[in-house]
Amino acid sequence: MRRVSLTVNAVEHEAMVEPRQLLVYFLREQLGLTGTNVGCDTSTCGACTILLNGKSVKSCTVLAVQAEGTEVTTIEALAQDGDLHPLQQAFHETHALQCGYCTPGMIMAALDLITNNEDMDEDEIRTGLEGNLCRCTGYHNIVKAIQQASSEMRSFATK
Amino acid sequence: MIPASFEYERADSSDHALELLDRHGEEAKLLAGGHSLLPMMRLRLATPAVLIDVGRLTDLSYVRDDGDAIAIGALTCHEDIKDSDVLKQHCGIVAHTAGEVGDPQVRHLGTIGGSIAHGDPASDLPTVMLALDAQFVVRSSGGGRTLAASNFFSGLFETALEPTNLLTEVRVPKLSGGWSYQKFHHRAQDWAIVGVAAVQHNGGAAVALTNMSDVPMRAAGVEQALASGSDAATAATEAAQNTSPPSDPFGSAEYRRDLAKVLTRRALQEAMSS
Repeated sequence: MRRVSLTVNAVEHEAMVEPRQLLVYFLREQLGLTGTNVGCDTSTCGACTILLNGKSVKSCTVLAVQAEGTEVTTIEALAQDGDLHPLQQAFHETHALQCGYCTPGMIMAALDLITNNEDMDEDEIRTGLEGNLCRCTGYHNIVKAIQQASSEMRSFATK
Repeated sequence: MIPASFEYERADSSDHALELLDRHGEEAKLLAGGHSLLPMMRLRLATPAVLIDVGRLTDLSYVRDDGDAIAIGALTCHEDIKDSDVLKQHCGIVAHTAGEVGDPQVRHLGTIGGSIAHGDPASDLPTVMLALDAQFVVRSSGGGRTLAASNFFSGLFETALEPTNLLTEVRVPKLSGGWSYQKFHHRAQDWAIVGVAAVQHNGGAAVALTNMSDVPMRAAGVEQALASGSDAATAATEAAQNTSPPSDPFGSAEYRRDLAKVLTRRALQEAMSS
């Protein structure tokens, strides 16, 4: 066992983990943050996407011990006092989900894209989502949701 | 799918990593971004007894203009290589191809050194390194040496690196001519079914192939045809010469041989027109 300390959604945690424990299982099983889903388990589908030091990563392909000293952000950090984050609200309003299994990963990947890229066009959003698979929606409404959230987040930021 | 148990060591400097490699020898594997190694460990295709995590060696994450060459730290992640202005200006094929690896999440953690040291013939950057005649700087506790890409890839997941070696830097030339990397894949994020790198440099052309053998390989027949005056379309018909591509659900060996010719023609035409 090895001690690991990291910050998850602005809360510091310290725990003993087996080196082989994957970050996604640490988040889900040790911290109870089950919003991050495990989909394919082979770093393909992106359902387990979180932010590690502000960058989107697939938490099924990161060891918990590799996250020592990092800042992790999961889907649970987005809504504030019951108010949905603009991305969550936009997914809701544009019907960007059906079964919802890919949604936490889609939203975390989209958050990285919006934060790190100025004014993406539709093609850039689609390319930026190449690491996230959705088997229900055909992606159209997901792209719409990200466009809507992106403009809302930018207009909010410039107010 | 959980990896088999292993002992975990975190290196806090290159010297520390070398010391750990000396101590653990063949039992150990280096962990950089982990995006090739961890999936293999989860599938139990790799079961190292010790993982030496070099992911914190941030002094090995850089892209530098170094006179005749561009020096790239082995732990530079694909996303940083894709966005590097120095590479875009002097050796655009490396920045472009790094952007073809996996997807944004993979590129945030996967590193150029990890990709090269892993020795996967379906990987994109090793092919580009071969076409560029790149140099790899390797350290061990006994000293350092520089290996040519042409002598580096020795077999399926096998390279010239010894168990106590640490790849620290990749050196690529400043290109004097056009280039192209053509990648044919199934889903956007997938490995290449076939890939072709073409570069024009110092008046000659180099062509290398992804996933057409156990190792990335130069398309010698194409290069000879070009050197003796053939046009791109004619030279590309030699692309399948001496190849031994795999057959899998994404394509038979015969399909890959045909694809190699098509992609070589496209790569040469793009490289020659830019």
